[in-house]
Amino acid sequence: MLAQSGFGVFVLTFLLALFSVGAAVVGYFDKSDRWVEAARRAMQLTFPLISLATLMLAYLLVTGHYELQYVYSVTSNDMPFYLKLTALWGGQAGSLVLWSWLMSAFASAVTLRKWERDRELLPWVIVVTSVTLAFFLSLTILYENPFARWWQTTGGDFVPRMFAPAGAVPITPADGQGLNPLLRHPGMIIHPPMLYLGFVAFVIPYAFAIAALVTGRSDDRWIRLTRRWTLVAWLFLSLGLVLGMRWAYDVLGWGGYWGWDPVEISALMPWLTGTAFLHSVMIQEKRGMFKQWNMLLIILTYALVIFGTFLTRSGVLSSVHAFSQSAIGPMFFAFIGITFVTSVALLIYRWKDLRAEVEMKSLFSREALFLLNNLLFMGVLIVCFWGVIFPLISELVTGQKVTVGPPFYLRANGPLFGALLALMGIAPLSAWGRSTYKTLGRALWKPSIPSAIVPVVLAILGVHNWIALVGFTLVAFVIFVTLFEFWRGVRSQQKKQKVNFLVALWQLAGRNHRRYGGYLIHLSMVVMAIGILGIELYQTTTQKTLAVGEDIQIAGYTLRFDSLAQFPYTDGRIVTRAALSVFRGDKFLGNLYPRYDYYTASGQPMTIAGVRSTLADDLYVVLVNWENVSAAQAPFKVYHNPLVNWLWIGSLMFIFGFLVAAWPEREDEKREGKI
Amino acid sequence: MKTKNIFLLIFFFQLFAATLIPSIAVSAQQPTPSDDEVNAIARQLYCPVCENTPLDVCPTTACHQWRELIRQMLAEGKSEAEIKQYFVDYYGARVLSEPPRTGINWLVYVVPPVAFLAGVTLLFRAFTTWKRLTKEPITGADHSSSSGSGPEPAEGSGTAVDDEYVARLEEELKKRN
Repeated sequence: MLAQSGFGVFVLTFLLALFSVGAAVVGYFDKSDRWVEAARRAMQLTFPLISLATLMLAYLLVTGHYELQYVYSVTSNDMPFYLKLTALWGGQAGSLVLWSWLMSAFASAVTLRKWERDRELLPWVIVVTSVTLAFFLSLTILYENPFARWWQTTGGDFVPRMFAPAGAVPITPADGQGLNPLLRHPGMIIHPPMLYLGFVAFVIPYAFAIAALVTGRSDDRWIRLTRRWTLVAWLFLSLGLVLGMRWAYDVLGWGGYWGWDPVEISALMPWLTGTAFLHSVMIQEKRGMFKQWNMLLIILTYALVIFGTFLTRSGVLSSVHAFSQSAIGPMFFAFIGITFVTSVALLIYRWKDLRAEVEMKSLFSREALFLLNNLLFMGVLIVCFWGVIFPLISELVTGQKVTVGPPFYLRANGPLFGALLALMGIAPLSAWGRSTYKTLGRALWKPSIPSAIVPVVLAILGVHNWIALVGFTLVAFVIFVTLFEFWRGVRSQQKKQKVNFLVALWQLAGRNHRRYGGYLIHLSMVVMAIGILGIELYQTTTQKTLAVGEDIQIAGYTLRFDSLAQFPYTDGRIVTRAALSVFRGDKFLGNLYPRYDYYTASGQPMTIAGVRSTLADDLYVVLVNWENVSAAQAPFKVYHNPLVNWLWIGSLMFIFGFLVAAWPEREDEKREGKI
Repeated sequence: MKTKNIFLLIFFFQLFAATLIPSIAVSAQQPTPSDDEVNAIARQLYCPVCENTPLDVCPTTACHQWRELIRQMLAEGKSEAEIKQYFVDYYGARVLSEPPRTGINWLVYVVPPVAFLAGVTLLFRAFTTWKRLTKEPITGADHSSSSGSGPEPAEGSGTAVDDEYVARLEEELKKRN
């Protein structure tokens, strides 16, 4: 009964979203506030309705209603409560529900405010968000219904259907299959909602952009109105990516954090355009330039958000044939095509209205360098997009699948990321408008001197890899430039206010959160770059089967195999755990306990590495579960990952930088009535 | 005759042993390839069954067997190139971490740099157009008419540089950019 009600609520919400679209369009063309208001209310009503249906699904998950195919596939009796709850987004159907729920939440939040100054934008913001919501709800209702239950047909087959097939009898399994063990990690529990928060939040600036295009508003109002949404979207997308990296590092047992897998890349691509957009909108706000480009960037970001969901949900990555057999694949494909073509057509229609108000004055101005930054981000995007879709093209044309793996991406993207690092250092020193190579040069030379010392010191310390030397020099350059900027700003503040350093720093950051928060984000990025350079360039690995008492050496460490134990756990796992002692020379450093867990209900294993983490390096040991393991001997794979912890430290710094950048500025709030 | 035959038999046995012993000695000297040697090749190959998983870390039974096959081929003295070619012959080009540089696969390597260079060219042309335009009087609203366009400080004058910076900073902070 609850399942039928939940499904009914989804159908009702879908109809409401469609009504909202229709009412908004009628309201705009008839200039009828009543219709627009009806559309707004209908849109807002979708949120409590989807919340209700989601709550119903959550209740069915935690109470073990295994007669529902979705509940059966993602939960089991032995799972703890919190995992049953997070199983809500542990499968395809549930994750689409999460998408719709977030979309309705954000759209409702946007339409809550008073719209006096921007009344003409409202109908089209409702149209875009409601169309997106209706699309995802249609997938839930037609193809990925989480409320479908098991039936046994007259032929003896078990099929999941919402309504009984002719002659079929309902089936209720005693237990479910349980959540995929790989998804039972804190990182993976938070990772999908974070990613989806980022994905869905980017729909809001896109909706305003389309509203501006339809209504012919060529000013930067849509950007100012959605500045915070864009930042929030970018934050969550960034956090989603980082959590995904951490999950991969902890759970997948291959000693790395990023494998250039198409699923990872599909989440990275909207981040690339989103980051370019974040930089580029500043030029429009400041100089009235790049209006067309900003529109294109947000259209691309929206398309890539849907494309990312499409790639991971349609089965197209496994094979183009899986795509053609998939029910939702063609739906996604059609939706992306229609929205992208419509958006670009609108942009072309308004192209002349969106001309720059001023022209570029100097190749060394900040706007010119921002444009170069955008070009580099687009370069990385092209590499990623092409790398993801080429295997599909190859399969379609030649019938043969190929793999586009890490060597391709690293070779193509490495120089682009290096150039982005360099720009991160140079751009903050350039001025808006007229800036010459002389003024830029004068600003650059001071931070350049300590940066130039870095490669010399590194070379003396024994670093001879030229990529490492260039990379670490650029990292140092960005750090020195950023600190130099802070120092100069503080000194200027001190002169003006006659206050001490810390007070001056506080006042400076308080005067422009966005600028100094942005600098902190730059710092966090280069700290992350230290970790990436360390693991990518200096990771070493070795594998050996050890008898008890034998040892294995790597990067100056010795690991001795002490014992191995196997025992059942309360949640149905069989845990196989090894104990190793770690030494550096003769000094005992501690124990490591790599293990693998075997989930008997689903028959799936999970590898948990034993990790010794320091700021200098990680010692990452995997009990190689697929080889022969016994109490007397076991095979171990050991990774030495230098500097990798800086990647996670940089991620924490990033959150702090974001909080500073997004902290409300009182004058702005009053002046602009932000949403 | 009988004794002669026995000597002949012993001779041939010794001859056989003489040819056999070096090969036994060689195989005794050739140790079983280590896990690291196997992984060095396996990490360059992708599991033909699992999606996007390098062979050295793939946990499936099939991949375990393929790693053992690599070990066996190494023990037989096969080179890295020969082993990779064997996998390509059997399972197709998808086992390689990058498409082989043949036929349509060239597109994967050519398209990104061409597209990027096209972007650079477009940008460069736009820059030169803008530079030409700025030599003429600028019309329209300039959002930051005085931003960075103050009097140029004297070359090498530290105080002037600082003053210029402070003025610019103050202006940018006011404009919140």
